[in-house]
Amino acid sequence: MREEILSLLEKNSEMSAESIAETLGVSAEAVAAEIKKMEEEKVICGYSAIVNWDKTERRYVTALIEVRVTPQRGDGFDRIADRILRFPEVKAVYLMSGGFDLTVIVEGKDIKEVAFFVSDKLSTINAVIGTATHFVLKNYKDHGVVMGQNLKSDERMIVSP
Amino acid sequence: MSKQYIAKSIEKMPTSGIRKFFDVVSTMEGVISLGVGEPDFETPWHVREEAITSIEKGKTAYTSNQGMVPLRQAIADYLYEKYDIKYDAEKEVLITVGASEGIDLALRAICEIGDEVLVVEPSYVSYKPCVVMAGGVPIPLTTKEENDFRLTVSDIEEKITDKTKAIILPYPNNPTGAIMEKKDLEAISDIIIKNDLVVISDEIYGELTYGRKHVSIASLPGMHERTIVLNGFSKAFAMTGWRLGYAAAPKPFIKQMTKIHQYIIMCAPTMSQYAGLEALTSEEREEDIDIMREAYDERRRVMVDGFRNMGLSCFEPMGAFYVFPCIKSTGLTSEEFCERLLYEENVAVVPGTAFGECGEGFIRCSYAYSIESIKGALERIEKFVKRIKNENN
Repeated sequence: MREEILSLLEKNSEMSAESIAETLGVSAEAVAAEIKKMEEEKVICGYSAIVNWDKTERRYVTALIEVRVTPQRGDGFDRIADRILRFPEVKAVYLMSGGFDLTVIVEGKDIKEVAFFVSDKLSTINAVIGTATHFVLKNYKDHGVVMGQNLKSDERMIVSP
Repeated sequence: MSKQYIAKSIEKMPTSGIRKFFDVVSTMEGVISLGVGEPDFETPWHVREEAITSIEKGKTAYTSNQGMVPLRQAIADYLYEKYDIKYDAEKEVLITVGASEGIDLALRAICEIGDEVLVVEPSYVSYKPCVVMAGGVPIPLTTKEENDFRLTVSDIEEKITDKTKAIILPYPNNPTGAIMEKKDLEAISDIIIKNDLVVISDEIYGELTYGRKHVSIASLPGMHERTIVLNGFSKAFAMTGWRLGYAAAPKPFIKQMTKIHQYIIMCAPTMSQYAGLEALTSEEREEDIDIMREAYDERRRVMVDGFRNMGLSCFEPMGAFYVFPCIKSTGLTSEEFCERLLYEENVAVVPGTAFGECGEGFIRCSYAYSIESIKGALERIEKFVKRIKNENN
């Protein structure tokens, strides 16, 4: 039941325990209890809205920064990742395979602010040996949701056999 | 016009009840519909891509009448794997323009003028007219809600005469959502064999059963040699517009059906056949189907609960994507119910009578819609039912 609840919530975190229960054919109490348990166990780490910021007045830029680091004895990449993820500008950090080590997703109100973050906060960390910053120009799809697209209308005939 | 241009037999044939209803619905705006008899999914992308590739490569000529050999082979393999029925791809599989063409071919191949064909009802709208056009006489076999809309031996016994030639077995059923389990099929197979009937088994919804697997009557002892299995890609792979189906049956049937098919159709659309081959042979096949089946299953429960909560008796469908709630407690006929629901609450559902006279007192609601649309429609229907019941008190 756990995975079924999660996949429903992943699609729509607003779905109530009652409608999940109805959908899965189990009791609402059982669903509510399971959700609570998953929140406690941090299987569910939070609920957030997927926002298309382009449709708002807010000025912002998103950058994807490739970071190369020197892994540290004993901790590998964990300690350096832990330092980076504490900056409030940082939205996500991933350890990568391939030509560089960490992907850091950063948001700022303009290019200058992000550049400042890279030069003054990120590059100055001892273990960081190189960065490459890529700015996002347009967001087409986020968290499985296609941005800026109107709902496709139902093109089927209204009634058919 | 002094001369009768139109053949009387065709003129006499009633327009499909669905069509009549559609004509009313299409004049209205803002309608929430639960009236559609096709999936709300798009054909899986890799399937569409394969058709595009075939067009790019210029594979736009006819195929052999019976259809592409690799596709016939894929169908034979699929039927064996899924339903344990064996067919020779060379001689016993025919690719048709939708299962609909299969119905027509099968009936034309077997009917002599005046032969009686038993048609399970409620059921898909085409069977009866196709029997008539093939020169046969359709004899309705009424299935009942108290039997879960399954066909029983006594239903058949009452209607068998010395003219009975065949029986059309449409399970999983549109519009009721009923299925026939193995034991149910075993129960009717004796009487079918005893009376030496041909079975036309329309299994187009075979992939869409919930909780238990579909069983083909052709897999039962003594049935293979007399059964024409009809199936297709529309429902299992959300490919309605591709018009691709198939018939599988012993050689004598397929040989004659192919003859009719070659004169009237030539071959099923080539690009559709390439798409069908991809749908069946892709590693993603089961996943494609599972995604849709699971989504239908979720909605199915929402629908059944919704109708039961508004105090209507609603048979729990085990297959296809329809519920068939009973609206007799409202005191309205099916058509009155549907028309008033449409005008008063802007919701389109199909009167049960479109699927045979015995559909009176029922409505067909499709759950090939998003949960949101279903819930929106259910709310409006509930409001409507409450109002009707208040009026009656």
